Amino acid sequence: MIFLADFSVIKPDFGLLFWTSIIFCLFWFLMSRFALGPITESLKKRQSDIQDALDEAKKAKEEMASLNARNEELIKEAQVERAMIMKEAKNAKETIISEAKVKAKDDANRIVASARMEIEGQKKAALLEVKNKVGQMALDIAEKVIRKDLKANPEQVGLVTKLVEEIKMN
Amino acid sequence: MLPLHRFSKRAFLLLKIKHRMRKIILSFLYIAVLTLTGFAQDGHDHSGHNHSGHDHGHQTQNTQDHSGHDHGAQGHGDHGNQHGPICGEAQDHEFDAGANAIHHIADANVYSIGPFMIPLPCILYSKEEGLKTFLSSKFHFAGYGHGDGHQAVDRYVLDGGTVRRITDPSFPKGNVPISGFIHKEINKQHTSYVCYNNKLYPTDAKSTADAGLFGGGITSFYDFSITKNVTSMMIVCSLLFFLFRSVAKAMERRVGMAPAGLQNFLEPFVTFIRDEVAIPFLGPKYEKYLPFLLCVFLFILGLNLFGQIPFFGGANVTGNLAVTAVLAIFAFLITNISGNADYWKHLFLAPGTPWFVKIILIPVELMGVLIKPLTLMLRLFANITAGHMVILIFVSFIFIFGKNGQSIPGAGLGAVGATLLTLFMMAIELIVAFVQAFVFTILTASYIGASTEEHHHAEAEH
Repeated sequence: MIFLADFSVIKPDFGLLFWTSIIFCLFWFLMSRFALGPITESLKKRQSDIQDALDEAKKAKEEMASLNARNEELIKEAQVERAMIMKEAKNAKETIISEAKVKAKDDANRIVASARMEIEGQKKAALLEVKNKVGQMALDIAEKVIRKDLKANPEQVGLVTKLVEEIKMN
Repeated sequence: MLPLHRFSKRAFLLLKIKHRMRKIILSFLYIAVLTLTGFAQDGHDHSGHNHSGHDHGHQTQNTQDHSGHDHGAQGHGDHGNQHGPICGEAQDHEFDAGANAIHHIADANVYSIGPFMIPLPCILYSKEEGLKTFLSSKFHFAGYGHGDGHQAVDRYVLDGGTVRRITDPSFPKGNVPISGFIHKEINKQHTSYVCYNNKLYPTDAKSTADAGLFGGGITSFYDFSITKNVTSMMIVCSLLFFLFRSVAKAMERRVGMAPAGLQNFLEPFVTFIRDEVAIPFLGPKYEKYLPFLLCVFLFILGLNLFGQIPFFGGANVTGNLAVTAVLAIFAFLITNISGNADYWKHLFLAPGTPWFVKIILIPVELMGVLIKPLTLMLRLFANITAGHMVILIFVSFIFIFGKNGQSIPGAGLGAVGATLLTLFMMAIELIVAFVQAFVFTILTASYIGASTEEHHHAEAEH
């Protein structure tokens, strides 16, 4: 089979020029109006949506980080406060203890003093009683002695009463 | 100012990449041309020592050429009788790989799927006949063959799938059965003759817009048919439109959802052209030109890939100068229509240069305006045509080594070699399909970018 070796592709024929122009124009119009236009719009929108979402995520992350930082700060503050409170409590305890000690000492002192006074009173009363008893006993003895010889001597009775009086005064 | 600086840096990088790619592609083109010329010479040698076929044509040519169509049927008839039976005998020829390749990359008025021929509508216009529309099946071509019509319709004939017109007014009008075609080379110009009643009638090819530059020109008729290339364009464009339309619909339907299915496949094309081509070259005003750039890219890529499907027409659409010319014209129009005052001032006044430089510079600049779209047109055309031709010639190895069916082992060897080489070439072609679509788009974007760039701001702040 022999073919006509006519390199026809290099010769632009009018029919093909005409139809290519028509088809390309139609293709261009239909594609940009119904396909590429909406696609590029959607792509742009999606791109901005994704960017927005990323930005938002970044913002949320930053917020989270700042929140965390604040939390940490709060924890630190709380720790400091706790330490302070503990210290205060310790101080209070110590003062209370020392005060209690002082008070207890005072109380003890007072009790000791009052006990001493009581003892003193008791001692005095006991001494008085002993004196009275001794006086009585002396009188009794004296009376017995004197009754025997001085019974009739009023001068002697007066002297003894005077002596007893003197002992009482001491 | 920073963003603009970045744009130019990026553009520079892309141009560097582009130059490297062009080098690779040019070397392939070079190989393709070498192969082609090699086979063309081979073909000539064969016809040199073979006295049948082509040579027969050469012998009769001298007188026949002079007789032309003025002398009418009588002159042809005489010669026909003198040289014995002209028609029917000429079909037995040596295989010519170059001619075979050239035939298969040409546009046609039939659509071929595998070896089967599907008729297409013919819309033909000539001064004498007016407008004629009919289906190419009216030429009575075989449904399984190479698209040679067995019937002439109002002096139109179908030769190898392409409509030609018999210029001889003595040829009868209406539906006339013809016995075949004879191809001859006259003054290095291939011409086709119709055999009818044992006479030869010369035919005209359709009018072309090359003004005789490539051997075409205005002839006796115009062909506005829905050809194979037009059909392919319609198929590819509607396919692309429906695919992208469905993606657009899916995007509207699935607002706020992650992309799925076809979206994932087609969206990267859009974002690629937007982010790698439109934005770097056009800056913030890219949105206005993005649909055009995308359409150019998808149109070229779709047709490049469509033309690579084996047996499915193998339409060489982007390898046809008419198609690339239309695309280049669109690029040219958009570049110059959107050109701003700076662009025109730089073009016609070349500011900042002394007068004697202006004398040289202004014509160069003005020529550049035309050369830019011309290179766009030729680059795409040459790349795709060369690729198709190389594949066809590799396939022809089967017939060359097989000595056109006489040597079965040769044909087998040729088939193995052809398969491996064609496989390799098709892989290269796949790359070329993407690269050329990308290069056309990126250069168009850079031309538009250059014509819309605001020079003053850039220079003032540097």
